[in-house]
Amino acid sequence: MKYIEPHGHMVSRTTDDYQKMAMAGCEAICEPAFWAGYDRASVDGFYDYFSQLTEYEPARAAKFGIAHFCWLCINPKESEDAGFAREVLSLIPEFIDKPSVLGIGEIGLNKNTKNELAIFEEHVDIAKRYDQPILIHTPHLEDKLKGTKLIIDALKNANVDPSRVVIDHVEEHTAGLVLDEGFWAGMTLYPESKCTPARAIDILENYGMENIWMNSACDWGISDPLAVAKTALEMGKRKYDKQTIERIVYENPKRFLEQCPNFKI
Amino acid sequence: MPTKQEILDLYFMAARRDLIEIAAYLDRLDRHDGESDFREPALHRALEAMLNPGDKRRAEAVLLALSDHSETPIPAATIQGAFGAPRD
Repeated sequence: MKYIEPHGHMVSRTTDDYQKMAMAGCEAICEPAFWAGYDRASVDGFYDYFSQLTEYEPARAAKFGIAHFCWLCINPKESEDAGFAREVLSLIPEFIDKPSVLGIGEIGLNKNTKNELAIFEEHVDIAKRYDQPILIHTPHLEDKLKGTKLIIDALKNANVDPSRVVIDHVEEHTAGLVLDEGFWAGMTLYPESKCTPARAIDILENYGMENIWMNSACDWGISDPLAVAKTALEMGKRKYDKQTIERIVYENPKRFLEQCPNFKI
Repeated sequence: MPTKQEILDLYFMAARRDLIEIAAYLDRLDRHDGESDFREPALHRALEAMLNPGDKRRAEAVLLALSDHSETPIPAATIQGAFGAPRD
């Protein structure tokens, strides 16, 4: 079955993973800028990272017939040093017009600090200035509920169109908060945290299938680049028909991403 | 949609496995020496929330029991990671 991986950190995956994803039916991968597993020592590190996202990864994916797109930002884990973060923000205009850039993301909060929130709001300003959609990271574990509420408040204060924002990593206690305010929601399928395939399907059953997608995130930690395809199989076990499954794993992400002028498959 | 019987067939064994894992983890914690920390009572509160979720669904009640409910940003981060339960 064809599907879109709307959130995958392919810089941390091997080329074998591209091959496996292509064989599983993946037609497009969208890669948000994020933490690389370590704090980068200089702004030049981010320049190289943005070059990798906009040049190298699209070429690596193309060898397997997969379209590769990316989002740009400095992630909240590296935003505690606001001066450093602002230097990275100043790089974004140089990359924003590259042909595979979708928008600003994944911005958000990590430990829900004042500096993280300030840099988040500056990213939102950039997105508004360049008329870009936004992809948002919500904090982990005990910090998720508070961070999701702070993020929603900041977006409402900035008068952002919620239909052009996807708030990712929702779970049972945050999905309703996000969807009720008109934002898109993303569910991340991780083996050890966030959502299992079974729980992701439960969330679909409880909150509806309209403005929601699922992704594997597949980053440098314990994660599975085939998690979306495996969840499609799980939906089959739960007796969803092919049309409904395709709606969740292909049509929904396509519908949101087509708001990005560069997204074409 | 699957029937209750089909949901049992699909997920009972995994739920049984996970429940025994929690019981064995609590036994393991009891058996070993040293000081515990805020995570131990947090898990007990989450188990209580699962059994008595009030007007919430059980998974949501558990996640809420394991969440920080403060409302204002903290001054600065002291760590980058998370523990899975809020400090008391």
